[in-house]
Amino acid sequence: MAKSIADQVAVVGMGCTQFGEKWDKGPEDMILDASVEAFADAGIESDDLDAIWYGTLLTSGSGLMVSKTLKTGFIPVTRVENKCASGSEAFRNACYAVASGAYDVVLAVGVEKLKDSGFSGLPNTDPDPDGTRPNISAPASFSFLAPAYFEKYGLTREQGKEVMSRIAWKNHKNGSLNPKAQYQKEVLMDKIMNAPMVADPLGVFDCSGVSDGAAAAVIVRTEDAHKYRRNPMYVKALTIAAGTGFGAIHQDFDFTSIKENNAAATTAYKQAGIKNPQKEISMAEVHDCFTPTELVIYEDLGFSERGEGWKDTLNGKFDLDGELPVNPDGGLKSFGHPIGASGLRMLYEMYKQFQGKAEKRQIEDPKFGLTHNLGGRPWECVSFLSIVGKELG
Amino acid sequence: MVGITGYGAYIPFSRLSRKVIAEAYGEKGGSGEKAVANHDEDSLSMAVEAAMDAKADEGDFNVDVVFFASTTPPYKEKQSSAIIRSALDFKRNIRATDVTDSLRASSGALLSAADAVKSGEKSALVTTSDTRLGGAQGGFEALLGDGAASLLIGSENVLATIEDSKSITVDITDQWRSTADDFLQSWEERFGVESGYNQLVSEAIHELLTSNDLHTTDITKVILAGPKERYQKKLASTLGFSEEQLMAGHENLIGHCGTAQAPLLLVDCLEGASPGDLIVMATYGSGSDAILFKVTEKIRSYSPRMGFAKQLQSKRDNLPYTTYLKWKNMLPVEAGRRPEIPQPSAPAMYRHQEQNLGGYGSICTACETPYFPKQHVCAECGAIRQMEPYKFTDKKGKVVTYTSDYLAVSPDPPSTFNVIDFEGGGRMICEMVDYHFDQLAVGMEVEMTFRHLYEAGSLHNYTWKVRPKR
Repeated sequence: MAKSIADQVAVVGMGCTQFGEKWDKGPEDMILDASVEAFADAGIESDDLDAIWYGTLLTSGSGLMVSKTLKTGFIPVTRVENKCASGSEAFRNACYAVASGAYDVVLAVGVEKLKDSGFSGLPNTDPDPDGTRPNISAPASFSFLAPAYFEKYGLTREQGKEVMSRIAWKNHKNGSLNPKAQYQKEVLMDKIMNAPMVADPLGVFDCSGVSDGAAAAVIVRTEDAHKYRRNPMYVKALTIAAGTGFGAIHQDFDFTSIKENNAAATTAYKQAGIKNPQKEISMAEVHDCFTPTELVIYEDLGFSERGEGWKDTLNGKFDLDGELPVNPDGGLKSFGHPIGASGLRMLYEMYKQFQGKAEKRQIEDPKFGLTHNLGGRPWECVSFLSIVGKELG
Repeated sequence: MVGITGYGAYIPFSRLSRKVIAEAYGEKGGSGEKAVANHDEDSLSMAVEAAMDAKADEGDFNVDVVFFASTTPPYKEKQSSAIIRSALDFKRNIRATDVTDSLRASSGALLSAADAVKSGEKSALVTTSDTRLGGAQGGFEALLGDGAASLLIGSENVLATIEDSKSITVDITDQWRSTADDFLQSWEERFGVESGYNQLVSEAIHELLTSNDLHTTDITKVILAGPKERYQKKLASTLGFSEEQLMAGHENLIGHCGTAQAPLLLVDCLEGASPGDLIVMATYGSGSDAILFKVTEKIRSYSPRMGFAKQLQSKRDNLPYTTYLKWKNMLPVEAGRRPEIPQPSAPAMYRHQEQNLGGYGSICTACETPYFPKQHVCAECGAIRQMEPYKFTDKKGKVVTYTSDYLAVSPDPPSTFNVIDFEGGGRMICEMVDYHFDQLAVGMEVEMTFRHLYEAGSLHNYTWKVRPKR
């Protein structure tokens, strides 16, 4: 197993744009907005950077997008792509680079400009040269989780709809408290449950927002962190599990859990020394691309026992004032999902919560935060997990 | 003696009522319905389905010669029967021919298949299919249907021997489609019927009966493929056949299925035939082929997988007229806000032929776990490159989970996608077609069906999907 770099690196500055349909902003604008906020927050200038990791799915090819925008000179910019976990992947690589001692100050930045394409939803980016693969949309892919979960745990379609809607309701409610979220309005349960279908049984409100946005983080070694600020965020665990595609080809996969999530969680908890995630994790940002994804994630990450996630949802366990708040910033659902930016956006919320700057969303004295970022489809995906903390040790 | 050793039919699941067509134009009337190929079906894919229907038992399915007969093949240049060979997983060293451009293509192919067997080939397949279009609101639109039939020809286990045939060939411009025409064109109907159909079919049948020393009363059933049922009835009576002898037409059930019309009538006829029956089948198109069949004892022990009568009953009969127009590309619709489908890569299509057309995945020889698509490393036991081809198309499957996708652009939204687990192992994520919406459930049984995925950059792409067991 990979060695833990727990407490070796710290985040000393972060930035995040408001997410949404930004017709008047290009990727350069958003990269600059997020980076400048992060620089100001860390008290540095772009000249202080030794290297940059840049995550995007579709917005550009190489890292030149960032170096040209920021005019960073001749330092390395590495573009990484790992589907919807691209922002987290940029962060992970940046952290390891700093931990290695090769660089002192690095920037991880993620961006996505989705609303220039004119498409609803995302285009399929996997190679399919002979064009015979079923053209299943992202919501339809995740919708597979719903009937399988309902069937296994004996939920009627109506009960299932209520559970999914409850997740959307929570995330919209949290988003309504967040000035940077794409959607800042509460939505009534009734409206969520009766919304037009996107991929049966998922309605419009079961799907995350398609949006533009960017987020960035300045990372240094822990020993240097206090040069930049008194309240940095420490990285406790970082992992990404790339799946084998097992779910598409093997009958043992039953579409009620995502193996990659399990694998990533096991590794991350070990790295951070977490024994009981339900008790020890104070808050989590998870990849709620669609409501059944969040439901399955509760169980995959050990926030709920198997088959209990739906009851915990209805009991409010994951609400902002619940036992384990999930997606306090509104999640992909309500904050929006500009692919390459999302993983860093999740960390941004953790960072603000630890510093007591989450305003109406503030969770009382959080100790450990978890971010979970998923790329791909339930049967073949990459699952990223980070655990971050307010204090060393 | 050479003859028919097997037969099959394919009637598309969807039917369009003629009343619905009339109502779309604010008109009254219209009787019966016509079979309509789904948006992901064409003559080629239906010909594959009809051939599969002729496969009566579990054993190997192979022939030495393949004929595909159709006036609506997907390409002007590129052999459909080669695609059909791959889809049916026939051996490579066979002769394949496309016969086209005439409603007599099917009888021409059948006689050539019989010649091939007579000259030493063991077995031949004639699979025939048509999807002709009439212009909107016209008589042809109401008349023409989509359907396919297949006949296996051989000299052993013959169900009906081919006793004799007579052909007449005369050029007559009664109906046609030029290379630029999407829709069927015709001269005045009476000209074609009186100068063409009545005379040329009569001539062929007359010659056939005379040279075999037969009278009309000796014939059990006569098939008089031709323009409309009322002309068939009139001609039968003129020739001296009784109403019972004339094989009742399919016009009100599925419409006029072009070159597949006569073979479909023959399949229907054979399903009800008894040993000793004499059947005359006459086709029409720039002349006529009249063929005499004699039914053998073997007819009692043969049945196709499903056949004509059962497929007739298995249907969706509420097709809206506008959906029909969309499926036939006759209604320009607003493009969905989704990326356009790119032209498939020819080298990739070639590399993946066995998988995409033949429906093969792989099976691990170390632990016997089957996979679709083909894998290099076993997900079960980790063995590297210990895989053999494994065929999925003849396996039954069950739905693990499903969704109906309203975002995916489709001429028949929503597209329903499924995770299917197969008997004997293996899983596939694929589209479901020809289902009733309230039928969808975890655990439902499905079978595989060969489909035309789409046309992009003038290339046609085919592969397998699933449908509920018909």
